Amino acid sequence: MPSKVRNAPDPAQAAATAMARHRHDPLELLQMLRDVEEACGWIPPEAIDCIEARLALPRAKILGVASFYSFLHLKRAGRYRILFSDNITDRMLGSLGLLDRMCRGLWVERGKVSEDGLVSVDTTSCTGLCDQGPAILVNGLAVTRLTERRVDDICELVRDEVPPGEWPADFFRVEDNIHRRDALLGTPWLPGRALEAALARSPEDLVAEMKASKLRGRGGAGFPAGLKWQACREAPGKARYLVANADEGEPGNFKDRVLLANAADAIFEGMALGAWATGARRGFLYLRGEYRFLLDHLEAVLERRRAARLLGESILGREGFDFDVAIHVGAGAYVCGEESALIESLEGKRGTPRNRPPYPVTQGYLGQPTAVNNVETFAASCLVALKGGAWYAGIGTPESTGTKLVCVSGDCEQPGIYEYPFGVEVRQVLADCGARLTQAVQVSGPSGATVPAAEFGRRLAFEDLPTAGALMVFNERRDMFEVARNFVHFFAHESCGFCTPCRVGTSLLRNMMDKLANGHGSPYDFAEIGKLNLLLQSMSHCGLGHSACNPVLGTIAKFRGAYQRRLAHEEFEPAFDLDRALAAARQMTGRDDAAAHVRPETEETA
Amino acid sequence: MDGTAPRKLKVATTSLAGCFGCHMSILDIDERLFALLEKVEFDRSPITDIKEVGQCDLGIIEGGVCNAENVEVLREFRRRCKVLIALGACAVNGGLPAQRNTLSLPLILQEVYRSEPGARYGLIPNDPELPLPLNKVHPLHEVVRIDHFIPGCPPPADAIWKVLTGLLEGKEPALGHGLIHFD
Amino acid sequence: MNATFTLDGRPVAFSEGQTILQAAVAAGAYIPHLCFHPDFKPHGSCKVCTVKVGGRHAASCTTRATAGAVVESDTPELNAERRALVQMLFVEGNHFCPSCEKSGDCKLQATAYDLGMSTPHFDHFYPDRPVDASHPDMLLDFNRCILCSLCVRASRDVDGKNVFALAGRGIRTRLIANSRTGRLVDTSFSHQDKAAHVCPVGVILHKRRGFETPFGSRVFDRKPISARADSTAEIAAVEADGS
Ligand SMILES: Cc1cc2nc3c(=O)[nH]c(=O)nc-3n(C[C@H](O)[C@H](O)[C@H](O)COP(=O)(O)O)c2cc1C
Ligand code: SF4
Ligand code: SF4
Ligand code: SF4
Ligand code: FES
Repeated sequence: MPSKVRNAPDPAQAAATAMARHRHDPLELLQMLRDVEEACGWIPPEAIDCIEARLALPRAKILGVASFYSFLHLKRAGRYRILFSDNITDRMLGSLGLLDRMCRGLWVERGKVSEDGLVSVDTTSCTGLCDQGPAILVNGLAVTRLTERRVDDICELVRDEVPPGEWPADFFRVEDNIHRRDALLGTPWLPGRALEAALARSPEDLVAEMKASKLRGRGGAGFPAGLKWQACREAPGKARYLVANADEGEPGNFKDRVLLANAADAIFEGMALGAWATGARRGFLYLRGEYRFLLDHLEAVLERRRAARLLGESILGREGFDFDVAIHVGAGAYVCGEESALIESLEGKRGTPRNRPPYPVTQGYLGQPTAVNNVETFAASCLVALKGGAWYAGIGTPESTGTKLVCVSGDCEQPGIYEYPFGVEVRQVLADCGARLTQAVQVSGPSGATVPAAEFGRRLAFEDLPTAGALMVFNERRDMFEVARNFVHFFAHESCGFCTPCRVGTSLLRNMMDKLANGHGSPYDFAEIGKLNLLLQSMSHCGLGHSACNPVLGTIAKFRGAYQRRLAHEEFEPAFDLDRALAAARQMTGRDDAAAHVRPETEETA
Repeated sequence: MDGTAPRKLKVATTSLAGCFGCHMSILDIDERLFALLEKVEFDRSPITDIKEVGQCDLGIIEGGVCNAENVEVLREFRRRCKVLIALGACAVNGGLPAQRNTLSLPLILQEVYRSEPGARYGLIPNDPELPLPLNKVHPLHEVVRIDHFIPGCPPPADAIWKVLTGLLEGKEPALGHGLIHFD
Repeated sequence: MNATFTLDGRPVAFSEGQTILQAAVAAGAYIPHLCFHPDFKPHGSCKVCTVKVGGRHAASCTTRATAGAVVESDTPELNAERRALVQMLFVEGNHFCPSCEKSGDCKLQATAYDLGMSTPHFDHFYPDRPVDASHPDMLLDFNRCILCSLCVRASRDVDGKNVFALAGRGIRTRLIANSRTGRLVDTSFSHQDKAAHVCPVGVILHKRRGFETPFGSRVFDRKPISARADSTAEIAAVEADGS
């Protein structure tokens, strides 16, 4: 439910309700904090008092968790909290201009709460609505297809303090935009059919089919799903767990959103298959906070499946086959898509990636064997159960079997979801989505690859261009440097801060890219960026740090011109404008004489 | 530089936002200074009173960059000197003056000049002779390219000696334990 | 059973379950490290202990030792990478050693010396991190915190108090104290806690004890950190002296 804007509830009451709803289980701390935030619009200290006392948790731990997640506020936030999705695709659709317009319309400075406490306007990482942007979140709920008109309407609604629940429903309409269906989206789903097929045979048989299918993880890394299930099944432990990763934080990706909206049954059925194969009795779906609007729908699907005995005890009447799924909602942290950080977050902690090994399949949730798979992987496993591993392995390429949902956004006529067998050429996707004069595509997201026009014959497949799904299209007018800079800002914002190289390095890299953007760049900075990249790759703790330099490297290698233009100086220049650094003193002293300025270096040398 | 008689190296030194403590350390290399003077010749320096920097082989700078004048001098050194050395803690990381960096400059100026009791309209000096302060104090390497660093508050005379003689011999100077220290 | 791996060509014995750094420290061999302390579970966050195992980078404090592994540590490449990490830690906080009571006894500084770091190299962040002087016996100068979490682990695992925790995310990660006011005086912290004696840098300081030993003759002034395989124990001893 969107928060009631007027008459915020009593914080103690909100905390009590949240704790009761989550059985006073400290593992549910993050979910409780989310509930308090939804009820109060922030997390008041009085609410923390209650949680601290009732759950006997150290206050510093509660604060440590709450302060990790972008969507939780420990300071009073606006009664309306508006966040502009800040992916490059939103920017290409004019999001920054609209943001300014909204700030002006509401008399609020970006990133601040208005003086009357009414509203705050800021940016947030990609909200997964790239095919229907620019998008914003209003008190956690997604509003799509922003226009100047819509911005003005929203300003008025906010000024009149109309609760978001009463805003025109059209604002919140999220389209699926499926433009091409193949094996997965083209198969009509009859809930239970895949499970029946699997239960007709043994769990070992299902694992064998999964291995035969050569189905690889769809979250991007491509680990064979059958092997993961087998490892989880065979790992010693008191209990086993399954996790469907629906964190989908990598900018440009939105296929999980569409699957959740469109094929939730297939996802949950895939999880039940995983349970049959591994012996897990409990599963979680980790839903990114940005997809909060899907929660009611997903809970309804779960209810329906329980009623149909596709979840719960004795599934499909099979004695001893018990499995149920709980949905955990994230709170704005990309790193929680990393499987071990996700598990920490499931346990109610800060989303810090763990030291590996041990890997989650042997020691995951509560230290027990846990298989984490992307939601698309689970959905695809239904096809394997239904039609057999050999059938599935016949689709796609020998190394990348099956189909892939591709999320097309950016400069094209028809952004949206396109399902292809693996091995499709980039060129084909571009033709299908109506992209013209394309300069480059970014495959998989910021941590993926930048592919220039000369390489559009390359294929989407683990052996060529591995992808989580995103394919962002940039036409000839786009500045690839700005694309990379946007991605670098994303990584700096999302670094969890655990390890030195990424915590400090991503911010240094962001500052260097800003330095180039501000016209202070020289070959020195270029070399520095190269060095930082090597350091992040070799020393970082997790994939976020390892890939944080990818967008820069990719664009430096292939779009050198975009950088060359920024290297305005031959010699090292400071990152800041020296003359502007005197502005405050000039203002305070009222001076404007020659000595009150620093001349640009070029004048002096001339 | 025609390669006949070994020419003396020209060295310039200056103190920006520093306390001259580092210069004292230069003088502290004592009797070795004379040996050094056989090989080097001082250009602009508090030691010589030459005001303009000529073309030099080596520039040695103590102190961080705190105001407009510091910027001009530092840039002049960068233009005229082939090799620049940041000498001492303040030149290397801003030092004590940089501890003001977490405060906003207007706030500091107000605190210093306006809040004196009685001086209700106390004015911030606006004499054009006085260099205007920058928003933040910066170590040298954030403003120009620096070739070598000798940390320390002040750096040990031995460290200075080692770097200078190393450079004279055309070696990449490296300070070992005892010579590299930050306090 | 005494299996061995090689560290820069020299054999190091280890027992089952030990990490590379644990085995190295026990054997008196030095691998640079900041967030590791033999008394606590390895954390693996500073990455200064990174070595190459069989040619691949790995944090030695959290990587299990395996028989026959070939570990490289003291190489120009790794030391340059470590130096860059240490430089990052310097610019991330506000480190003005001449006015820091820990100078000479500080592991960050000593590691920097040992790696030949003469400049912080990067642009400084100059973050605004207020000092907490509320506690009668202890001072917290967050300007120097390197987020190693040793105090967090000590307070939680040894003192059983949970006085400290990490908060925030990314470059805004910071250390907080466990009280409603956020001030140390309102926590159960005591100067006798283990957590009062583990900070490798000059954050958690004992009041009225400044500058007992003059600069120049402190722990790492006398001997480089790499020459003190027992450096961690030695600092503990120094701390114990004074308390
Ligand atoms: C920083 C980071 C973010 C990630 N985000 C996601 C994500 O949002 N969704 C996802 O499925 N996998 C994500 N992953 C990959 C997961 O760690 C994990 O490999 C995946 O969920 C396994 O499922 P799969 O084998 O089905 O792909 C991420 C990895 C990293 C390093
Ligand atoms: S690489 Fe970045 S995101 Fe990953 S653990 Fe380190 S700081 Fe966190
Ligand atoms: S903590 Fe260490 S490095 Fe930082 S100022 Fe103190 S002595 Fe220097
Ligand atoms: S206060 Fe000291 S021990 Fe605690 S995290 Fe910071 S640097 Fe580490
Ligand atoms: S000592 Fe190993 S990561 Fe810090």
